Amino acid sequence: MAEIRIENLRKQFADFTAVQDSSFTVGDGEFLALLGPSGCGKTTTLRMIAGLELPTSGKIYLDGEDVTFNRASARDIAFVFQLFALYPHMNVRKNIGFPLLSQGLPKAEIKARVEETAKLLQISHILEKSVSGLAGGDRQRVALGRAIVRRPKCFLMDEPLGTLDAEFREVMVHELRELHNRIHATTVYVTHDQHEAMAMADKIAVMNHGIIEQFGTPQEIYNLPASMYVADFIGSPPMNFLKFTAGVQRGSRTVSVEGVEIALPEVHQDIAVGELALGVRPEHIRFNDSSALRGSVYGAEYLGTNQIVAVETGKGLLKARVPADHTFRIGETVGLELDSEKLSLFDCASGRAVKSSLYTEARHG
Amino acid sequence: MSAINSAHSVVEPSPTSKHIAGAIVILYALITMVPLAWIFLTSIKSPPDSISYPPKVLFSPTLEGYCNLFTTRTRQTPDYIAALPAPTSTCDEVTRKRNMVIAGPSNFLPRFVNSLVIAFGSTFLAVFLGTLAAYGFSRFKVPLADDLLFFILSTRMMPPIAVAIPIFLMYRELGLSDTALGMILLYTAVNVSLAVWLLKGFIDEIPREYEEAAMIDGYTRLQAFWKVVLPQATTGIAATAIFCLIFAWNEYAFAALLTSGSAQTAPPFIPTIIGEGGQDWPAVAAGTTIFLVPILVFTILLRKQLLRGITFGAVRK
Repeated sequence: MAEIRIENLRKQFADFTAVQDSSFTVGDGEFLALLGPSGCGKTTTLRMIAGLELPTSGKIYLDGEDVTFNRASARDIAFVFQLFALYPHMNVRKNIGFPLLSQGLPKAEIKARVEETAKLLQISHILEKSVSGLAGGDRQRVALGRAIVRRPKCFLMDEPLGTLDAEFREVMVHELRELHNRIHATTVYVTHDQHEAMAMADKIAVMNHGIIEQFGTPQEIYNLPASMYVADFIGSPPMNFLKFTAGVQRGSRTVSVEGVEIALPEVHQDIAVGELALGVRPEHIRFNDSSALRGSVYGAEYLGTNQIVAVETGKGLLKARVPADHTFRIGETVGLELDSEKLSLFDCASGRAVKSSLYTEARHG
Repeated sequence: MSAINSAHSVVEPSPTSKHIAGAIVILYALITMVPLAWIFLTSIKSPPDSISYPPKVLFSPTLEGYCNLFTTRTRQTPDYIAALPAPTSTCDEVTRKRNMVIAGPSNFLPRFVNSLVIAFGSTFLAVFLGTLAAYGFSRFKVPLADDLLFFILSTRMMPPIAVAIPIFLMYRELGLSDTALGMILLYTAVNVSLAVWLLKGFIDEIPREYEEAAMIDGYTRLQAFWKVVLPQATTGIAATAIFCLIFAWNEYAFAALLTSGSAQTAPPFIPTIIGEGGQDWPAVAAGTTIFLVPILVFTILLRKQLLRGITFGAVRK
């Protein structure tokens, strides 16, 4: 097992920059999810770590060793492809044993390790079957088996659950995390599904247009989004933005959104007058008729234990997650209270979060 | 229950339509096999039976055609033949009935061997080179790839025989005339463009993930090509090999032009049998029948690969 360190990694395809100056470290035994929409550079980053793609510039260290220009076969990593890439001309046993065969291990040892791996993944009963007849989940397990049988330094997975149906995906998310807990392999997992990333990863790197927007634990990514992009990408429904024009000074504890004073964590940065956005998660909005922030109910989506109520405030639509026990009439005027401890402030020009006590305390406290 | 059984599925053809389809296929096969059957029947007829009119369907079979194909014979007086010791083989017996004796083996066997060497040699070379080139074009950024592929295709744009005279002169200068090597090179050159284009299509269909997976599993690209790409390209390789073999095996014009002696192949040789002592149709038919066998055997051997179709592999599209 090993640590993966990426320094200023960059990949240019003709006039398209797939990955721009990415740097991050995946600690030994850590599970990192590279999360982002399609075309954001997450798969390219993964393929560069694997050695299937050479970076335009930057360095890749595996266990402290510079492997930037090493062949894929010389890196001792395992890769689970989105479409599994099981060799169709071999049965399950041969597929799993294939990486061991390249190491020239004696037949008896290959047999023993394939069987041990099959047992771990509970696929011992299908070892002699042809891979083309397997169901999605079993293919997934065989692909995993082929990855773990070699006990590589790290695992790279490229949307391995992308082709499974929703119901089964949840089972596999569970299985994958369980497997990770058991073997503690350093893992980089590419996905566009925030639920998969949140459920499995120790760390998440949110990518957009080849740039890592934020790198942190799922809690940091969710509660302290570093940019409007991250805030909008994570959470369903995503973070609400109340846009307004103002400037803020270091030490401010309130902002005035079109005449309504809203308290927020102490600002640690001076921002000149410009367009700002107040970010609030749906679950940090309460209904309070005495609040100065008012709006009319636009619609409600009943979700069983709670409901998502959309309120038109005149500064934009706010979606609030509130208990399901109260029924709202469409068009009804309501007062909204925001949880001032949990608010984020963004500078719309740069899209970055404005530094505040929320961010610094959570990081260092 | 019966309602379920009699219900017609959209996907499964009904038994009646299966029977009709089967009947049509069998009928078509019979029609196409009539000439082949006629050739075979002629090869086991005696020369008088073979030219009798109306054609004989019932006759007593003889190996005379095959004997005449493989031997050269000289005419002798009945007294001379009567004085000979008892015949040692069927062919001796058949030949003597026509007042002839076997003088020696004919050139058919060496010509047939030439055909085998040249056709299989050039097929192997064309498929081997074609596979490597197709893989290169399919997987790597080859500079001017489209132009090169077009150039390769363009070699098929005019009938090969149009360049017969330049090739004839060139071969004479190079000392390749009437050599097996020369014919192998020529057929390889003609077939390799077909092989590249056919195989590129097949290899394009094999997802790159397989090789990438193999390279991650610790293999070099060459090993990945050998262990993962080739096994999956077998269908394409088999189909390409059959096409190349059929061309090289049947080719007549270049063979007639460039080979006359030691490297002559069967196609230009078989028609020459007809002139040796009258119109010996059974011998020609015997030569043709034997000539058909290798392609038949090769196709039967490879039919599994041909029929298997493109792999319904573990990679989903």
